[in-house]
Amino acid sequence: MASTAPASSAPGHFLGGVHPPAHKALAAAFPIQALPHPKQLVVPIQQHIGAPATPCVEARAALSAGQRIAEAKGFISAHVHAPLAGTAQKPANVTIASGRHLPAIPITVAADNPGGEQSFQATLGGHWDLGAIAGLEPSAIAPQVAEAGVAGMGGAAFPTHVKLSAQEKAPIDTVLVNGCECEPYLTADDRVMIEAPQAVLAGALIAARALAAGRVVIAIEQDKTRAMASLKEAIAQAGQALPGVSVEIIGLTPHYPMGGERQTIRAALGRIIPEGGLPSAVGTMVINVGSCTAVAAAVLRGLPMTHRVVTVTGRGIAQPANLWVPIGTPIEHLIAHCGGLTPQAQRVISGGPMMGFALGNLSAPVTKGTSGITVLTDADLGDAPRTACIRCGRCGEVCPMRLVPSRLALASRHENWDLARSHHILHCMECGCCSYVCPASIPLVQWIRVGKACLPRD
Amino acid sequence: MSADISLSCDGLSVGPSPHVHDQSLSTQAVMLYVLIALSPVITAAIWFFGAMAVSQLLLITATCMLCERLFTWMRGQPCPLSDGSAAVTGIILALSLPATTPVPVAIVASLTAIGLGKAVFGGLGMNLFNPAMVGRAFVTISFAAALGGTGYVDPQGVEIITQATPLSMSGAQLESYPSLLHLFVGEHNGSLGEVSVLAALVGGLFLCLKGVAAWEIPVTLLAAMALLTVIGQLLGAAIDPDMTVLALHLRIDQALCSGALVFGAFFIATDPVTSPISRRGRVVFALGLALLIWIIRTFSNYPEGFMFAILLMNSVVPLINRYTIPLPVGAQPQTKKEAAS
Repeated sequence: MASTAPASSAPGHFLGGVHPPAHKALAAAFPIQALPHPKQLVVPIQQHIGAPATPCVEARAALSAGQRIAEAKGFISAHVHAPLAGTAQKPANVTIASGRHLPAIPITVAADNPGGEQSFQATLGGHWDLGAIAGLEPSAIAPQVAEAGVAGMGGAAFPTHVKLSAQEKAPIDTVLVNGCECEPYLTADDRVMIEAPQAVLAGALIAARALAAGRVVIAIEQDKTRAMASLKEAIAQAGQALPGVSVEIIGLTPHYPMGGERQTIRAALGRIIPEGGLPSAVGTMVINVGSCTAVAAAVLRGLPMTHRVVTVTGRGIAQPANLWVPIGTPIEHLIAHCGGLTPQAQRVISGGPMMGFALGNLSAPVTKGTSGITVLTDADLGDAPRTACIRCGRCGEVCPMRLVPSRLALASRHENWDLARSHHILHCMECGCCSYVCPASIPLVQWIRVGKACLPRD
Repeated sequence: MSADISLSCDGLSVGPSPHVHDQSLSTQAVMLYVLIALSPVITAAIWFFGAMAVSQLLLITATCMLCERLFTWMRGQPCPLSDGSAAVTGIILALSLPATTPVPVAIVASLTAIGLGKAVFGGLGMNLFNPAMVGRAFVTISFAAALGGTGYVDPQGVEIITQATPLSMSGAQLESYPSLLHLFVGEHNGSLGEVSVLAALVGGLFLCLKGVAAWEIPVTLLAAMALLTVIGQLLGAAIDPDMTVLALHLRIDQALCSGALVFGAFFIATDPVTSPISRRGRVVFALGLALLIWIIRTFSNYPEGFMFAILLMNSVVPLINRYTIPLPVGAQPQTKKEAAS
């Protein structure tokens, strides 16, 4: 049932990309550990792509763990739940890691909450009854996932129930579980695959059931051997848990940005999404391994999404760790738990070093999309001198979308929108490979982001 | 990450992602690789031309660097001598001139290369034409006597420059054309850097392997030149039975190993600033270059056409870039109808 060789049509790699030093060893060996409860949580009402949720609790209301505190507004939106029991405070504004200011519900955490270890076991641990999946009503799955407020945990935080709603116009034949985690440093997904392979498999099968897909493909970078072995074992144990659905593991070349869904689909399945299209255009639904566990917990255990695994890592942190964290926990609480910053610490990033956000304020809360906290030192940041563009073309060679970043950056700088459009600026997914390799240290992707934001819509 | 997009916020450094940068290749390193790749060519030049080559290389490189300093100062720019680009221009210019170049001519060539070839366009990365070739073309036209075919010959100098350069021979002299071995190793008269095909190949392959030079350009250029030589032979047999035009009667190996072709293919045509961005564009560029070189060698009064060909092709690079925008992954080629609307 399980095989690790890519299918014949699947190349196992994609065009372009870079190999930044992975530094995964800093945190990869540490099992997921529950973070002691903070005294206060700050839970933003919009942690997903789509419409913000509307708060539905009064100030000073007593909250139980898992109680809904904000209602999804519209289809592309997600409910927000109280991660721990406590007392709601008056809604306040908070600056999240990306720099956006959002309304949030502060919660004073009650003293009598059960420990984090229990919530970890309840959500990810224990035995998973995979046989029950075949008895689920496919159309009932998406509403259950919506009820739990699940949003993608790979980073973009797209509401998962939207992807699980079967569309007649775009049938899905393959559920692609994304376990690539190509960002350097981060190990949260790796740990989830090692420690909760059954939950990952359960979530993937539930997704296949909801979409009537006949095939589940788990894509993992080849260097994550422990994760691969543990998933293989889980698949073997499960047997044919869901009749008519095949499950396979595909090992992909470790390569950044392998985890970008267009790249994963191309490498694992050999399918190419048309310009401006979604994975559903090629019959594929991509789901992150963490999101799989959240789907499984929501559907089989009725648990809302209130916690997630966060890697705290980098040479600027005293004791790297993989933590089970209630959503809304201030990042400074995680850093303090990990022994604080070292004297060399220079930059604290929410996410990884290629696409993460630098934090100016460590009180920003963990959200559904926070996969890690990476603390870089001066030596990691480097100091390459800026020169003029020598038009070496390296940026184009590493661009996974085959764009010409030097031209796009030039167009953005000079607000030449015709040039920007003729070079497909909106195709850029902002992976940052171009800036990473530029010998002249030109902030290419940074300029392109500005250009994408300023491009006049017509 | 460079300091100008980072700032400090409550003791933390912040800036947009990516937060790490590939430290292995900088602009300076690119130029350093070019200098390393040029070293076999420089060694060959010194081997064959001796002290004349040494003094010319030193004079022109120093003048180019001085000019870079002067012009950046005049424009109030920081002087980026450390990036090594002025030194690269100087060495390529020196290697493209004959050993017999008079000192004043060499100085004028350097001044034009940096001033007219680079500074007026805005400095590094902004120039439309290869700076060394601009300097070379300026003095070729201005001092025709010193730099024409006969200018290469100096009966008083080292033995090698007492002979005529191969390409300036007439078709009737084909019998006395240097042997392939002499052409390949470099024992014949010519510009400093162009005589040894061997040295240019060694350096050029290093550049391609390091990914600094785009291999598409030399490969396409040499292949196209070989094809054109065959066409020339057929044409020569038909229209030039008296063997007046040398270029119509050369064998493929003679055509490829003569003149500045191999040196230029690896070191001048691959200048990233003045060649197209995309792979397709580079192939088009090299094809055009081959055609122009062949036309100039065959039908003009100049024995070698590389310099003018490269300048002409440089001028159409923006046009080539415009028509060879790479198609992103997943994009459909635009139909003519869509493009018009």
